[in-house]
Amino acid sequence: MPRLLAALAAGALFGLGLVVSGMVNPAKVLGFLDIAGDWDPSLAFVMGGAIPVAALGFRLGARRTRPVCAAAFSPPARSLIDARLITGAVLFGLGWGLAGICPGPALAMLGLFEINAVAFVLAMIGGMLIVQRFEGPGVAAASVMGR
Amino acid sequence: MSSFTPASALLGGAMIGGAAALLWLMLGRIAGISGILGGVAQAPPADRGWRLAFLAGLVGAPMAYAATVGRPAITMAAGPALLVLAGLLVGIGTRLGSGCTSGHGVCGIARLSPRSLAATGVFMATAAATVFVTRHVIGG
Repeated sequence: MPRLLAALAAGALFGLGLVVSGMVNPAKVLGFLDIAGDWDPSLAFVMGGAIPVAALGFRLGARRTRPVCAAAFSPPARSLIDARLITGAVLFGLGWGLAGICPGPALAMLGLFEINAVAFVLAMIGGMLIVQRFEGPGVAAASVMGR
Repeated sequence: MSSFTPASALLGGAMIGGAAALLWLMLGRIAGISGILGGVAQAPPADRGWRLAFLAGLVGAPMAYAATVGRPAITMAAGPALLVLAGLLVGIGTRLGSGCTSGHGVCGIARLSPRSLAATGVFMATAAATVFVTRHVIGG
């Protein structure tokens, strides 16, 4: 139960941060990405606020043998910079640049009853399921262990 | 430049970073939204509860904010067809690339992961190039 409450609190804080920072506004996100236009550097400040605080959390975590509510830390399984990573980042960047929406703000917009975000979220989940259908958890795990 | 909001951007960013720190210290998990969402279908049942709780907070907090403080400005730039195409690309790309703005851009860079630095550089550059083409080459 503390585990679920901690996850709920983290999700809520994340969602509030997206609203306060302006990340939930696609026009503002595109204003940041539009370097050649009327550039709005605000999003660099979002990253500038988020990264040091997160880094402090990871630094504190390094002093612990395990997290407070779980048996072990679960760092990302993959560590290679490979074609798959770059291909994925290119496709994500393409989609992000077309609409100005990344996954967090897309979900936060549902909470703001932004009806237009529903199409984006459904398509996004569909895209995720397509990738997962092709490989499945077993294949992904095996390909990591195979290296 | 009239839309530049450095103070609220820094504050909101610090909250996002705080959420990532909280999730790591309490559950030992990376606060990557695409990974948490994608894992709901993929992860074993015992690994689903915290994901759903996190997502409930992510959707619920903006809802509470809109009900109390007021609804923040949202201006959609894309029409329905483009939203579907963009959503599909974001879904496929974040699963292939194992992360998005939060997982790679915030958590990964905070952990000094070379993989996340590479991914963030690529998706930022691609997104900026996409906006350049749609606004200044095609739409200009």
